Amino acid sequence: MATTAPPPGGAGARGSGFDSTPVRVAREVAGVLGALALTFLGLTAITFFIGRVMPVDPVLAIVGDRAPQDVYEAVYRELGLDEPIWQQYLLFMADVVRGDFGTSIQTSKPVLEDLLRFFPATLELATAATLVGTLVGVPMGVAAAVNQGRPLDHVLRVVGLVGYSTPVFWLGMMALLVFYAQLGWTPGPGRLDVFYQGLVPQVTGLLLVDSALAGDWTVFWNAASHLVLPTVVLGTFALAYIARMTRSFMLDQLNQEYVLAARVKGVPERVVIWRHAFGNVLVQLITIIGLTYASLLEGSVLTETVFAWPGIGQYITTALFKSDMNAVIGGTIVVGCCFVGVNMLSDLLYRLVDPRTRG
Amino acid sequence: MGVAWRRTAAAVACAAGLVAAAPAAPVRAETPADMLVMGTRIDDMITLDPAEIFEFSAAEIANNMYDRIMTYDPGNFAELTGGVVRSWEISADGKTITFAMRDGLTFHSGNPVRAEDAVWSLRRVVKLNKTPAFILTQLGWTPENVDELIRVTGDGAFAITITEDFSPGLVLNALSATVGSVVDKEVVMANAADGDLGYNWLKTDSAGSGPFELRSWNANEAVILNRFDDYHAGAPAMRRVIVRHVAEPAAQRLLLEEGDIDIARTLTPDQLAGLEGTEGVVVEANPKSTLLYLAANDGHEVLGRPAVQDALRYLIDYQGMADTLLKGQVDVHQSFWPSGLWASADDRPYALDVARAEALLDAAGVDDLQVTLDTLNSSPYMEIAQAVQETMGRAGIEVEIAPQDGSALWPKYRARRHELILARWGPDYLDPHSNADSFAHNPDNREEAQLTGKLAWRNGWSDPAINALTRTASRTLDLERREDLYAALQRLHQRVSPFAVMFQQNEVIARHADVDGFVSGPTFDLVFYDGVVKN
Repeated sequence: MATTAPPPGGAGARGSGFDSTPVRVAREVAGVLGALALTFLGLTAITFFIGRVMPVDPVLAIVGDRAPQDVYEAVYRELGLDEPIWQQYLLFMADVVRGDFGTSIQTSKPVLEDLLRFFPATLELATAATLVGTLVGVPMGVAAAVNQGRPLDHVLRVVGLVGYSTPVFWLGMMALLVFYAQLGWTPGPGRLDVFYQGLVPQVTGLLLVDSALAGDWTVFWNAASHLVLPTVVLGTFALAYIARMTRSFMLDQLNQEYVLAARVKGVPERVVIWRHAFGNVLVQLITIIGLTYASLLEGSVLTETVFAWPGIGQYITTALFKSDMNAVIGGTIVVGCCFVGVNMLSDLLYRLVDPRTRG
Repeated sequence: MGVAWRRTAAAVACAAGLVAAAPAAPVRAETPADMLVMGTRIDDMITLDPAEIFEFSAAEIANNMYDRIMTYDPGNFAELTGGVVRSWEISADGKTITFAMRDGLTFHSGNPVRAEDAVWSLRRVVKLNKTPAFILTQLGWTPENVDELIRVTGDGAFAITITEDFSPGLVLNALSATVGSVVDKEVVMANAADGDLGYNWLKTDSAGSGPFELRSWNANEAVILNRFDDYHAGAPAMRRVIVRHVAEPAAQRLLLEEGDIDIARTLTPDQLAGLEGTEGVVVEANPKSTLLYLAANDGHEVLGRPAVQDALRYLIDYQGMADTLLKGQVDVHQSFWPSGLWASADDRPYALDVARAEALLDAAGVDDLQVTLDTLNSSPYMEIAQAVQETMGRAGIEVEIAPQDGSALWPKYRARRHELILARWGPDYLDPHSNADSFAHNPDNREEAQLTGKLAWRNGWSDPAINALTRTASRTLDLERREDLYAALQRLHQRVSPFAVMFQQNEVIARHADVDGFVSGPTFDLVFYDGVVKN
C-alpha cells in the first residue's frame, strides 16, 4: 500500500499557514516579483533586438516606399534610430516603466490604447474556447479512458485526432461555408453586425460584458451569436488536446493499485473514477488547461483572419510586418503577462486541489 | 517556421479552392437601404491627415471627407474642375495662379470654407513636410517662402506663385492630389499642440467639407463615415458608409453572397470567376492608372547594357499573360503614362520574340546569364514572375525569383541592391509629369544624391537627353506642344531605358446589382461614395 496515493482532501492535509511567518511571505512575494521583472526584461530585450536586426525598415513603414530622402532621414532621427541600439533600448524601457509604450505605426494611436481594444477581443474568444474545450474535452477523455479499447474509445480518439490535426484555418473556413453561407444559422465574420458597432460604450472591451452593463441585450445577443463559430473552431482544437491528455492521465491512474483496491473493497465505480482517479489527475489537467488557455490568449492569427476578428494575434502579426516595434513589444508584454498570470492561477489551483502542495 | 507556413499556405489554398468551387447561391440578406457596406483591406492605413496620406485606402477615404482645391468630376476624369474654387486665372508668365472660392461652402463643423483655409492647408503641407509634400515642394515652395508665395489676395480669393518652371496645367493637377485637400483651420488649430499644426490630432480624425465625415476608424476593423447633410453638391443618399477590413478574400466573398456587405473590393481571380453568374451580383472591372513594370539595375555589369535591356523586353509574353493568368485584371501597356489619360502614348512595340532577343544577346556578347528577380510575395507578382522566368529561360537567361514582403523589398530597391525587379507604380496626380519625373528624370545618378523616390535613380539610370526632354515637357505652356513632347518622351523611353512597362491594372470589384453609382476612378484616391444609391 505504500506506493498508492491517498485520495485528495483526506486526512493527509496538513494545516497551511502554520509555519508561515510574515518574513517568509515577504520573501516569497519578493522572489515572485524578482522573477517577473527578470522575465519581462529578458522578453523585451530579445524582442527589441530581434526587431532591430530584422531586414525590415521601420522608417519606410511610416513614410512609404516613395518617400524622398530628406523625409526619410527626418523620421529616422525622430525614431532615434541614429542612436546605438543599447541606448535605444534603454530609452524605450524608460518610457515603458513610466507606462508609455509609445505610438503604434499601424494605428497612429498609443499602443496601450490599442492593446485595451484588441486584447479583450482575444480574451473573450480564448476564454469561451477554453471553456468549451474543458467542459467537453475532459468528460470525453474520461469516458475514453474508462472504455479503453472499446468502440467508444476508438470513436473519441478519432474525433480527438481529427480535431487536433485539422488546420484551424481550414476548419474555420468550412464552418463559415456550412453554418453561415449554406445553412444561415450563424452570423458571418466579425465581432458584431456592422449596424451594432459603437452602440455600447467601451468599458472592459469585452462586448458581452459591456453590452450587459449597458443593458443593451440586442447587442449582447448579436455579439454572442458572432462568438459561436470561432469559439467552436478554436474550442475543437482545445478540446482535442485536452481530451487526449485527460485520457492518458486517467489511464495512468486507473492502472494503479489503489484503484484496484477500491474496486475490490466494493466502492461504487462512479466514486472510483470521479473521486479517486480523477481527483489525482486534476493537477496535471490544470497544467494542460492553463497552457492551452495561455496559448489561445496569444491570439490565433489564422482564426482571427478567417473570422475578421480584431484580436491581438492579428495586431502583433501586422505590426511585425510593418516593423512596428512599439506595438510588437507591447503585444509581447501582454502575452508574457498572460503566461505568467495563467501560471500563477494554476499554482493557486494546485494548492486548492492538492493538499501536498499546501503549506 | 518555413514548413509550418508552407503547410498553412497549403491549407489556405485548399480551403479557398473549396470555397471557390462551392455552388453559387443567390444573395440572401440585405444591408439597410441607406447604408453602404464594403469589404476590403484597410491594414495599409496609418494616417488620415491629408498632409501625410500616401496609402491607397486612406487616400480613398480622404477623398470622401475632404474637398480639394482642384478635383475631377466622378463622371469625367479627362477634365480637371474646381473643387472648393469656382474659377482661376493664370498670369502671363504662367507662374501665378489666382483662385476665386465657391460661395456658401461649409465644413462639417459648420465653419465657412474660406480662402484662408485653402491657403493655410497648402502651407501646412509644406511646413509639415511629410512624404507626399514633394508634390507641392517640387514647385519651389519651402517652409520659409511658402507664406509669401501662397497668400490670400482678397475676399474669397487667393493666389499661388511658383518659383520653378512648370506648366500651369501641371500645377493645377498637383492641387487635385490628396495634399490639395482643404482642412478646417479653426478646428485643426483648436486641436494643435506643441506647434504640430494639429498633425497628431488629424492623423486619426477629420476636419473637412466633403460629402462624409469620419465617425470612427478602428485599425484592422473598420472605418465608419457619416453623411454630411450640408454638402455643397447635395447630401449623399447613403446615411452611413462602412468600410470593413476583411483580410481573407474567401470570407469577403461569403459576406457578399450572404448580403452582409454590398461591395467586395479585394477578391482574388478564382473567387471572381466563382461569382460569375451569381444572381444579384455584378462583377465589374475599373481601369486604374497603376502600371506593372520590370526594371533592370543599370549598374549591373551585364544588365546595364542597352542591348540586354532591349532583349529583356522581347522576352516577356505580354499578351499571353493578359489573356490567361491575368485575364480581366490587366491590359497590356508599354509606356510610362497610363492609357486613357491625357497625353498617353499607347504604342505597344514589344511582343514575345525569343529569336530576336537571342540575336540581341549574342550581339552584346552575352551567354549564360544568371540573374535574381526581386518581387513582392503576393498576387499578381508571383504569377508574372514565374511567367517571365519561363520565357527568359527560353533565351538562356536563368532567372531566380526572390519573393519578399514589401517591408524587405523596398529598402533593397531604394539601396539599389537588386538585379531585376518586378513592381508597380501609380501616379500621384493626373499629370504625365508625375510619372515622367520618376521613370525618366534622374538629374544626379551618384550614390550620394540619394534620389530614392525616383525609379530612374533606384535603377541607377540617367540619360541626359531624356532628362532634358522631361524638363522641357514639364515647362511647356502650350497644351498641344506639351502633349506631343510627352508622346515623344514615352516612345524614346520605351526603347532606351532599363524599364519594361508591361501592364496597366484594373480594379475588379463585385457588387450587389442594386447598388449603383459607385465610382472608382483612374487613381487609387479617386473613389467616390457620394453618388451611391440602392434601388
